Amino acid sequence: MQELVTRAKELLADGTVVRVLGWKRGDLSYNPEPAYFNSQEELEQFVYDGFCGANLSKYMIEGSKKEGKTLVFLKPCDTYSFNQLIKEHRVDRDKAYIIGVGCRGKLDVEKIKAQGIKGIQNISGAGIEEDTDTLNIRTIYGDKTCTYGSAMLERCHVCKGKEHMIFDEEIGESKDTKDADRFAEIEKIEAMSPEEKFAFFQKELSKCIRCNACRNVCPACSCRKCVFDSNQFDSAQKANVDSFEEKMFHIIRAFHVAGRCTDCGECSRVCPQGIPLHLFNRKFIKDINELYGEYQAGADTESKGPLTSFTFEDAEPGIVVERR
Amino acid sequence: MSIEKTNEFRPKIVAFCCNWCSYAGADLAGSSRLGYPADVKIIRVPCSCRVNPMFILRAFEKGADGVILCGCHPGDCHYTTGNYYARRRMTLLFSMLDYLGVENGRTRVEWVSAAEGVKFSTTMNEFVEKIHSLGKNVRLEDLRCRN
Repeated sequence: MQELVTRAKELLADGTVVRVLGWKRGDLSYNPEPAYFNSQEELEQFVYDGFCGANLSKYMIEGSKKEGKTLVFLKPCDTYSFNQLIKEHRVDRDKAYIIGVGCRGKLDVEKIKAQGIKGIQNISGAGIEEDTDTLNIRTIYGDKTCTYGSAMLERCHVCKGKEHMIFDEEIGESKDTKDADRFAEIEKIEAMSPEEKFAFFQKELSKCIRCNACRNVCPACSCRKCVFDSNQFDSAQKANVDSFEEKMFHIIRAFHVAGRCTDCGECSRVCPQGIPLHLFNRKFIKDINELYGEYQAGADTESKGPLTSFTFEDAEPGIVVERR
Repeated sequence: MSIEKTNEFRPKIVAFCCNWCSYAGADLAGSSRLGYPADVKIIRVPCSCRVNPMFILRAFEKGADGVILCGCHPGDCHYTTGNYYARRRMTLLFSMLDYLGVENGRTRVEWVSAAEGVKFSTTMNEFVEKIHSLGKNVRLEDLRCRN
C-alpha cells in the first residue's frame, strides 16, 4: 500500500496528474470509501486493503470532465468496467492515468458477520501485502479468526482473472481467486419449477427498499437521465411487497445493462438488503453467451455489444419455451 | 332490459403491431371478414423495434393477461433491420420472465406480414385460447392498479 502512496505522491509532484482517485479510511476499519485526493498531505488518508471493493471506474465519468489528469487505481475486474465506459464514450482515456493495483480477493464484512462474528472492532490480515489466509478479528467479545476465503465477496469466488485489461502501470501482485462456477447458481434456479422460481424471487425482491444503490453504483448504469427518476414511471417509492413493481424495477435495471454488464458485482455488494442482484445480470450474460456467442463486456474497447448487433440466423423468441 | 353480467373470464390481451406489416395484416383480416376475439387490443407502433421491454412489463402491471408483439418478417422490416434487434431483445426479456417464474405463454412474438390476414386471425385466436387456459395473470400485476 505504501508503494501506491509513494507513486501517487511522485505523480502529483511532477505534475503528471492533478488529483488522485482512490480509497480513504472510513469510520470503521472495514468500510473504506472512494475519495479524491488533491494534495500530497491528503494522501495520508489513503488506504488500500481487502475491504476496498469499490469499483472506481464510474467515478471517472465525472473525473473526465475535470481539468487535468486524474490518477485512478483500478483492480483487475474494474478495468473491464473502465474499458466498457471507454467504448460508450463516457470516460476520456486521455484524462486518466491508470495504475493497475494487485488484488487477492475483496472482503465482505457481511460474510464475516454471517459466521457469527459480531461486535467487530478491528480486523487484521486484510492488508494487500500480507500473505496470510487468516483474518484476525478483534471484537468486543474477544479475538476471533476466520479464513480469508470464507469472507470474500461473492464476485471474487468467480473472479474474471488477474490480468488488467487497461493500465498505464501495474503495481502489486494479483491472485486468481476463482473457486466456483459463475453460472452454477443460475442453473440451479433455472432447474426449479415456475412456482419455486416465483417464490424464490418474491422472497428476495420483496426485501427491496428501492434505495437505488444498485443503480447508482453500477458503472454501466450511468445514463444522464434515468427512467426510474421519471415521474411518468410513478413508482419512485416503495410499493406493496407483493406487487410486481420490485420485479419490474429489477428486470428493467438488469435489462438496461444487458450486454454491457461486465459482471463486476458491485450491485450485490452495495445492496443494503443483501439481495443477490447479480443473479439477474448473470442470467442475461448466460443467455447472451448461449444464444449469441461468448461475450465479455469490457474485454476490449472495439467489439459490438450483443444487443446492438444481430445475425440473420438469430434464434426466435420462442426458443425460451423450447429450451426448457 | 338489463345487460347480463357473466362471471366468465375474459382475458385482456395487448397486441403491439408494427405499422407497416402487422397492423396492415390486422386490417386485411378485418376486411376479409376473418374473426379474431375482441379481447385483443391492438396498439400500433412504428416498428417492432420501438417496443421497449418496459412496454410489455407495464402492460402486465396494468392488468393485461397476455402480450403479443407482431412485426414484419425478418428481412422485411420497413426500416431494414429493426425487427432483428427486437428479436434479440424479446428473446432475452422472455427468458428473464421465464427465469422469474412467470408462466411462459403469456408473451409471444409473431411475424405477420401485410398479406397475412389469415395468419393474423389464427395467431390471435390461438393466443387468446392459450391465455384462456392459463387464466388470470396474478404474478405480474400491480395490486395498486387493480380495480
